[in-house]
Amino acid sequence: MAKTILTVDDSASMRQMIKLTLSGAGYNVIEAGDGTQGLSTARGNAVDMVLTDLNMPGMDGVQLIRELRKLSTYTGVPIVLLTTESDAERKQQAKAAGATGWITKPFQPEQLLSVTRKVLGQ
Amino acid sequence: MNVADPKEIFQQEAQDLLVQLENALLDLEHTPHDSALVDTAFRALHTIKGSGSMFGFEAVAAFTHHVETAFDKVRQGTVQLNRELIMIGLRARDHMRQLIEDPDAADIADGEAILAALSRVVAVDQPQVTVVSPPLAPVVSTVTWRVRMRFPRDVMATGTNPLLLLDELRDLGEAHVTALTDDIPLLEELDPTACHIGWEIVLSTSQPATAIEDVFLFVRDDMSLDIERVDDSASVGGLSDILASLGEVGAEAVLTALADKAEQEPVGEFPADAIPAQPEMNMPAQPEKAAIVPAKASAPATADAPHQKREGSAKASANSSVRVPAERLNELMDRVGELVIAQSRLRQIAANSNDQQVKSVAEEVERLVLELRDTTMGIRMVPIGSLFGRFRRVVHDLSQDLGKQVELTMEGEETELDKTVIEQLNDPLVHLIRNAIDHGLEDPTGRAAAGKSQMGRIDLSARHAGTEVLISIKDDGRGLSRERIRARAEERGLLAPGAVVSDSELFQILFQPGFSTAAQVTSLSGRGVGMDVVKRTIEGLRGTIDLSSVAGQGSEVTLRLPLTLAIIDGLLVRVGHGSYVLPLGAVEECVELSEEEDARSRGRSFLNIRGELVPFLRLRELFGAKTPPDRFQKIVVVSSGDLKVGLVVDQVIGDHQTVIKSLSKLHADIEMFSGATILGNGGVALILDIAHLVAFGQAKEEQLRIAQ
Repeated sequence: MAKTILTVDDSASMRQMIKLTLSGAGYNVIEAGDGTQGLSTARGNAVDMVLTDLNMPGMDGVQLIRELRKLSTYTGVPIVLLTTESDAERKQQAKAAGATGWITKPFQPEQLLSVTRKVLGQ
Repeated sequence: MNVADPKEIFQQEAQDLLVQLENALLDLEHTPHDSALVDTAFRALHTIKGSGSMFGFEAVAAFTHHVETAFDKVRQGTVQLNRELIMIGLRARDHMRQLIEDPDAADIADGEAILAALSRVVAVDQPQVTVVSPPLAPVVSTVTWRVRMRFPRDVMATGTNPLLLLDELRDLGEAHVTALTDDIPLLEELDPTACHIGWEIVLSTSQPATAIEDVFLFVRDDMSLDIERVDDSASVGGLSDILASLGEVGAEAVLTALADKAEQEPVGEFPADAIPAQPEMNMPAQPEKAAIVPAKASAPATADAPHQKREGSAKASANSSVRVPAERLNELMDRVGELVIAQSRLRQIAANSNDQQVKSVAEEVERLVLELRDTTMGIRMVPIGSLFGRFRRVVHDLSQDLGKQVELTMEGEETELDKTVIEQLNDPLVHLIRNAIDHGLEDPTGRAAAGKSQMGRIDLSARHAGTEVLISIKDDGRGLSRERIRARAEERGLLAPGAVVSDSELFQILFQPGFSTAAQVTSLSGRGVGMDVVKRTIEGLRGTIDLSSVAGQGSEVTLRLPLTLAIIDGLLVRVGHGSYVLPLGAVEECVELSEEEDARSRGRSFLNIRGELVPFLRLRELFGAKTPPDRFQKIVVVSSGDLKVGLVVDQVIGDHQTVIKSLSKLHADIEMFSGATILGNGGVALILDIAHLVAFGQAKEEQLRIAQ
């Protein structure tokens, strides 16, 4: 069965790009527009991987990771950050909160796919 | 179903972000220390840069980068936000908009000037050409490495699967994996979710050592990892010796294994297809590297957005909000309109039927249709704040140009109005605001002389009133000069010299084509084109426009607009043989016109309603009805603004869901009717234009009064 990936980003174009790329590669993609929404979507769905932005209004990426790792169903689920070079400090915070990996923006669709395959397996 | 091009989505989204940025900047002008606003501005810039570079808007990304850097410094407190920086930010915003909308038309020199100005205010790095280094040529010779690794115990809890990392190593070349099991505790102490096993891998690969390290990129900081070069040649003997010397595998077993392997392909010469490749994706030679070390990623030039080809397979469903093309909403509204008409036919059939089942179904359908109508109209409603927000910039720029100090206040931004109406309101409102600032407000010296504060005020407000929305633009300037308007109107032949006119009539002359009293024509207003266009646009929206003014204290323009253009609640009446609809929101009350009263009032046509004199119009006469009048005629009292008028009809039939159909071009200039609708029996009813009838009735009254 296709694996489900939750993408959390306040930028609709970013979500669209992620969705096109991942669903084109056979993944099932669900979306959320910020951390709060991401958390409730994650609670309501069986998700194999979470892809989250760091900078979001309301609940940001680091908080979202912390909250997700508190849920028993989300221990062991890969959580990948979308980040920029300037966010080094917050990347560390996110790692400490339980992030699995990261992708630095800007990235090309194939980079996203290769990281996805890296954490989810082929 | 076609999925929107991500580029278009980016463009739309960037527009929203630019609006946010602009608002934040304008707010910061007043409260420069609000860190939440700085954050908003920064985040908008950040997203534009990040998404821009991903969707091929490199110029936008490169330009925005510098602005973002500047605001990051503000955010961190190393640079003080001042007026100049805000002005540059606004200019940068305009430039970014141009770059996003039409990159080819954007003025590069302008962009450079902005960046130069920016670097004067903030020490921002000057634009540099980033050197794109060509991807490293793959190393052909095979090297053998010994990789020894131990993960933190909670590695799996944070989503890393060590087995996948082993698979990745296997993909790099010939790998022999040995588990290090010495740390596994006794069963009763064993935590099943922790990782107790370490691994040692002997790997022969043509990839450089960095490729091995890159496999561990995400966990590198927390794990223990030794990568040791063992042998250059990767000869069979060498490898088996190493393995044997490690005591992990018998030397013979290695030899047998390698001999088997050697028959198929020589160790150390990896054919190109052994490297994991995703042929569809047009992958660069080293996919992992490109993905996880973006600093070196050197964006492969071959990446011509392959994801675009897959549009068909993607389904769009955002759980937050959906962007829908406006035409689809219009289509939906049309369908609902047709449904309402069909439903009124059903209602009529049910009313004439004795079948209880038909009646109950008809009732349920009616309820559902009403709910559907409300929901559909709700979808089309947009808060007017999105429109008001744009005027802040207009006011800001205009006050700069004219050297006037203006404070803009807004009220009722959450008032919702049909999207089509809001879109068409932009130009008229911009014009009215320009007029208010240019003609209404005095310059600072003039204001001081009049004993007012130097800062002029423009109050923009919106509120609901029944089925209408009132939008008012109020200034505290010099007010309208009756004498000048009069003189000008007479000069232009719009008013007979010495004619007696009321204030409201005089002010209506302002809306005549070609009228302008501005002593000097500025670049902004005073050319006499505009007010008539404003009036026509508002009337096109079935709205009205009112002007009031107090000399020396300012003027106020009030627009009254219907909530929606599509379906209204109406009151169906009969005059002679014809059916007519009155917008229910305008109806105040219905009273009976007894024959005696009718006889008594003939010629005067005034009605006394609780002490208030209300003029009334005989629609029978107006519409030339030939039938004998009903014995008990009714008067429907309607209002528009503060004015009331009574309409004499033969019969009040009842409420009616009115789907507004516009009149044909031939009838478009008939002012008495604003449209038509289709009745349940298939007949047509005309919709009365209340504003016109009220004005007509009141004018008649005023004429009578003046004549007396």
